[in-house]
Amino acid sequence: MVIMAEPVGGRFGDFGGRFVPETLVPACEELEAAFCSAWADQEFRGELNRLLADYAGRPSPLTECHRLSEELGLRLLLKREDLNHTGSHKINNVLGQALLAVRMGKTRLVAETGAGQHGVATATAAALLGLDCVVYMGEFDMERQALNVFRMQLLGAEVRAAVSGSRTLKDAINEAMRDWVATMESSHYCLGSVMGPHPYPWMVRELHRVIGDEAREQCRRLLGKDPDVVTACVGGGSNAIGIFSGFVDGDAELVGVEPAGGAAIGRGVPGVVHGSKSFLMQDEHGQVLEAESISAGLDYPGIGPEHSHLAAIGRATYESVTDDEVVAAFELMSRAEGIIPALEPAHALAWVSRAREKLAGRAVLLNLSGRGDKDVDQMMGRLKPDSGSDGDDGPMG
Amino acid sequence: MSAEVGPLEAALRARRSRGGKALVPYLTGGLGDWQGALAAAADAGADAVEVGIPFSDPVIDGPVIQQANDRALAAGATPLGVLDSVGRLDIGVPLAVMTYYNIAFRFGLERFASVLADQGVAAAILPDLPLEEAGPWTEAADAAGVETVLLATPTASDERLGRICARTRGFVYGVGLLGVTGVRDELAASAVVMAERLKQMTDLPVLVGVGVGTPEQAEEVCRVADGAVVGSAVVRRMLDDGGPMAVGELVGRFRRALD
Repeated sequence: MVIMAEPVGGRFGDFGGRFVPETLVPACEELEAAFCSAWADQEFRGELNRLLADYAGRPSPLTECHRLSEELGLRLLLKREDLNHTGSHKINNVLGQALLAVRMGKTRLVAETGAGQHGVATATAAALLGLDCVVYMGEFDMERQALNVFRMQLLGAEVRAAVSGSRTLKDAINEAMRDWVATMESSHYCLGSVMGPHPYPWMVRELHRVIGDEAREQCRRLLGKDPDVVTACVGGGSNAIGIFSGFVDGDAELVGVEPAGGAAIGRGVPGVVHGSKSFLMQDEHGQVLEAESISAGLDYPGIGPEHSHLAAIGRATYESVTDDEVVAAFELMSRAEGIIPALEPAHALAWVSRAREKLAGRAVLLNLSGRGDKDVDQMMGRLKPDSGSDGDDGPMG
Repeated sequence: MSAEVGPLEAALRARRSRGGKALVPYLTGGLGDWQGALAAAADAGADAVEVGIPFSDPVIDGPVIQQANDRALAAGATPLGVLDSVGRLDIGVPLAVMTYYNIAFRFGLERFASVLADQGVAAAILPDLPLEEAGPWTEAADAAGVETVLLATPTASDERLGRICARTRGFVYGVGLLGVTGVRDELAASAVVMAERLKQMTDLPVLVGVGVGTPEQAEEVCRVADGAVVGSAVVRRMLDDGGPMAVGELVGRFRRALD
């Protein structure tokens, strides 16, 4: 396993940094020191690996999609993060941060959540380790992801509504940071993506690199080589960085897929919000724009700084897809493979489907970052009962 | 060491050398008759006034200033609009602009600094720009003659406070508590401790803000501090449509408590 060094000053090229209120600087420094020490400590790593295996169910399988591959004219492999405990990749990061919180003597976890997956994972880890837990969630997201709200409450977490701005993920992050400013002595901010102030983008990447490390081994066993293309959806970008980190030093093409309504790299320019410098959707005055996406988990106007760096140096490319393309991909994977994907990774499949001609004959690894159970209710409202059964345009048409 | 003394620092030192305590109200630019409120605050005895340029994601602000930001933005406030208006005012005391770093970054740091200077703004406070990241901005601000006020907080070590005191201009802004801006029932014990720590460390004016919401609290913290910054209490008056008169009345009450 390649351990990539801590980025100097939290910088990924021109991006990253630690743009936080002065109050939080010592908290970030404390966290950085604690993570450096824990990550170098074999006992800590052993404890985390045991939890990842015995509690979360790692390693996650690699699934070759025979029917979808035939339909799309390429070789599609899925990294099955949807099969992890709590239903997404988020648990990798959260177990690491929760153990770290205990190591730092913190008794309370604060988190933000968009779709609710990170909130559920945080509430789960808090329950497992006996920590208090408060999750901030945009009021609008609480409506469209009501099931996950109840799930967090069942797990013993308190869910607080973020009622300002767009009432989505960005506003939940603001509220979580405000909480942390006041409670940093007892609380750890369990940030859910590769964003925020240093050390978060680096730390969260390290905690998710297990995805890429496993996938690389699995691909080499199956294909005898790396895949030609590695793709993942990108909001803040944690699942994408996780899988990219296994391949970034090789030759595989890396493709992140953003929602058209939240395309930080596609439509943004460099800016500074939520603790780091990165591409950001903003107006000409520097006001952050409200993202609009069918997927609450990707409904974010920014992106993690390492993605901005990978885009700037040309190591990764970033595409965007529309909500309609996502819904089509959601149905396609459900019917062709018997896997109901979360709306977030359906973005990656939507791009693969659109780019199928360019990808013809190539081995494409897609990070299936979460399962679609949470989205079924929302999709039921959108899709008519006979939807998709009247055409012959799909593999199961 | 700081070179020449800027207009903000000079005004605050002047108040201190007369044996007085400095009062710096904050109000949100673009909200209602904010220009009138600025003048009223100055007339009521403010030593300087902080003007907020509204930002979409004010992470260090509590509900009152968040609401003021949202309302000002909805009313069409822009950074340049606020700064243009400021340039046309002459309220007789130094002005400091407070906003978040992305506003300055998007403007371009050198351009933002020179616009501040052109509009007669003495100082800038960027609360999400800590010491380690402040270099590019302070360089631009120094070159334009704009004083950059840094925040000092209860979580900082003495070593860190020392570095903050060495780099801040105008005054050192002691944050009174761990938390976001807003009025509390009582002054936090940490506010006085903050003032004591800073006073031992620097000859610069030490002002305390965040959680200083009543004239009594201002008087209490100013037994140690050289002055107080009052934000949410003033903005509350503006949100309640009190107009410049209500703002002037409130600032006057703070003034009398400190005199």
